Amino acid sequence: MDFIVANLPYLLTGISVGGQYALIAIGYTMVYGILRLINFAHGDLFMIAGFIMVYASASLPLYISLPLVIILTVVLGVLIERVAYKPLRSAPRMSVMISAIGVSYLLQNFAWYVTGGLAKIYPEIPWISDSVQIGPVSTSRITIITPILTIVLIIALVVLIKRTKIGMAMRAVSRDFETSQLMGININRVISTTFIIGSFLAAIGSILYFSRYTTVTPTIGAMPGLKAFVAAVFGGIGSIPGAVIGAFIIGICENIIKALGYTTFSDAFTFALLIVILIFKPTGLFGEKESEKV
Amino acid sequence: MSKKKKNIINICLLAALFVVLFVLEQTLSGGSMLLTVLKKGAIYALIACSMNLLNGFTGLFSLGQAGFMLLGAYTYAIFTIPVEARADVYQYFDGGIIQFTLPVIVAIILAGIVAALFASLIGMPVLRLKSDYLAIATLGFAEIIRAFMMFEGLGPITNGSNLLKKFPTFSTILFPFAVAGVCIALIVMLINSSYGRAFKAIRDDEVAAEAMGVNLFKHKQTAFVISSFFAGIGGALLAMYQSTVQANAFKSAMTYEILLIVVIGGIGSITGSILASFLYIASSEWWLRFLDETAFIGSFQVPLLRSGFRMVVFSIIIMVIVLFYRQGIMGTREYSLDALLRFFKNLPAKIKSIGKKKKGEDAAASEEVQ
Repeated sequence: MDFIVANLPYLLTGISVGGQYALIAIGYTMVYGILRLINFAHGDLFMIAGFIMVYASASLPLYISLPLVIILTVVLGVLIERVAYKPLRSAPRMSVMISAIGVSYLLQNFAWYVTGGLAKIYPEIPWISDSVQIGPVSTSRITIITPILTIVLIIALVVLIKRTKIGMAMRAVSRDFETSQLMGININRVISTTFIIGSFLAAIGSILYFSRYTTVTPTIGAMPGLKAFVAAVFGGIGSIPGAVIGAFIIGICENIIKALGYTTFSDAFTFALLIVILIFKPTGLFGEKESEKV
Repeated sequence: MSKKKKNIINICLLAALFVVLFVLEQTLSGGSMLLTVLKKGAIYALIACSMNLLNGFTGLFSLGQAGFMLLGAYTYAIFTIPVEARADVYQYFDGGIIQFTLPVIVAIILAGIVAALFASLIGMPVLRLKSDYLAIATLGFAEIIRAFMMFEGLGPITNGSNLLKKFPTFSTILFPFAVAGVCIALIVMLINSSYGRAFKAIRDDEVAAEAMGVNLFKHKQTAFVISSFFAGIGGALLAMYQSTVQANAFKSAMTYEILLIVVIGGIGSITGSILASFLYIASSEWWLRFLDETAFIGSFQVPLLRSGFRMVVFSIIIMVIVLFYRQGIMGTREYSLDALLRFFKNLPAKIKSIGKKKKGEDAAASEEVQ
């Protein structure tokens, strides 16, 4: 019992971080499901959302700056797709991935230029940053809000994909790109919708993440981005519940490792987990098996 | 022109290059930008070629280069820090546990071997993976290697997260050129051998290559290990160039940088990788520097120019290349004397035709105006 009480803060943090990773991971897994592209720029989009909040809240009240962050992030996400991925639709997969790396490089350098390379303090959002008491430990309210909000958003997303027309189109496109095009599905609309959803969730994830870690730097997006991607692979890329479960597992394990005193290895662990999964079950926990076509 | 004659001319050109380098070094001061660019460019050329061997010639999209460079750089540094200096460098670890030094050349080769050894271990599980999964797995391995190098428990060997310094560096620019030159020559020979043809077959179609009797795993493993060997040597040279190393610098951003060099040069062209390395280093360290400084025309301050703008412009250039000139500088073409001579022969005609075109356009424009 003592052990649990002593480690409860880490566990709670783990669940909360897991929720934030889950929100980012969905962006990866959906884009990969449809375009077969690892969107390396997604983590940097998350970082840019953080900076937009920093600058927006400096001059605007919270009830304007919060929606503004979400809108601008979504616009940027769609813009990236239009400019950097759409022209390469018929190019080999490697070119698109290189383009994604290029965008990531551009976003980081741009953020560095605008901020002068200095870390910025994330504004404090009242109410969600307040501390609350859970049993014997006190933690900030965000720790509790994150997993709940994550689950609500994900249920909404699953309903969207299963019940609506656009959701059906998305499933069709992820199954077979060309055939769905022949069936009269507007591919570009589906892809844009995917990027809108992914960016929207990344913006929410960014608000929750930075309210906790409070500083934003130009390269901060890389690590959470990669971890979220690992979560997506872990759960089986293309599968939304898989990405969410993967994200929670990674978030919790990482914080337990920190609790044990091996902070240096918390990042390495994520990748070790990834490699183990890829070797023993390359399609992840819930992934669909793909057969090789000649 | 006979083959023999061509070889002689090529050797003469190479010798001329070294003479020019020697003269430059004697005449320019030590802090000259040109020398810095040439040194760093030569090292990056080797690393870019090693990555191109993997990504361009074997079709394995690996993003682990920074990890292997890190292994090389650390191996070199650890084994060459003079014994007297160890107490100072390893001040938090009682001078470390390694109390001997190796000669520079031996340490450089050892750097390559250590990187290759790790590559053969890593290759066994990950080389079975498909394109993007392979990319992310190798990226992950690079991160794991970095975490281990910074782990305090290994401090007596790696100095934990502290700097490694005071190891011997090169005193002449000819050194990195000679080492990188020999290594790149070896890579070119490998590519032209039967192994190289097997690599290209794997790149073009894995299933077909296997059906033709190419042992997929063996060849992928060979390419991966050899590429890592040269990345390790490149890492050792980079350590010499920087004169200090720290694991924290070898992040995935470094791999991306090298990947972008390979793309700019043309995926599948060694010549392209070499040219692109020098161009990349020259523009990022030298030619575009002015973008980082505030400038005035009269009393008017040029807008946008301030620290960091160089990298923004630079990344935009890279995006333009990636999106619109997917072939890069060279595509898959390579250097040959004939092509070079033809290029110079056609140059006057080309310039003339551009001039004519311009004149034609001007004429058309003036007609429109009238």
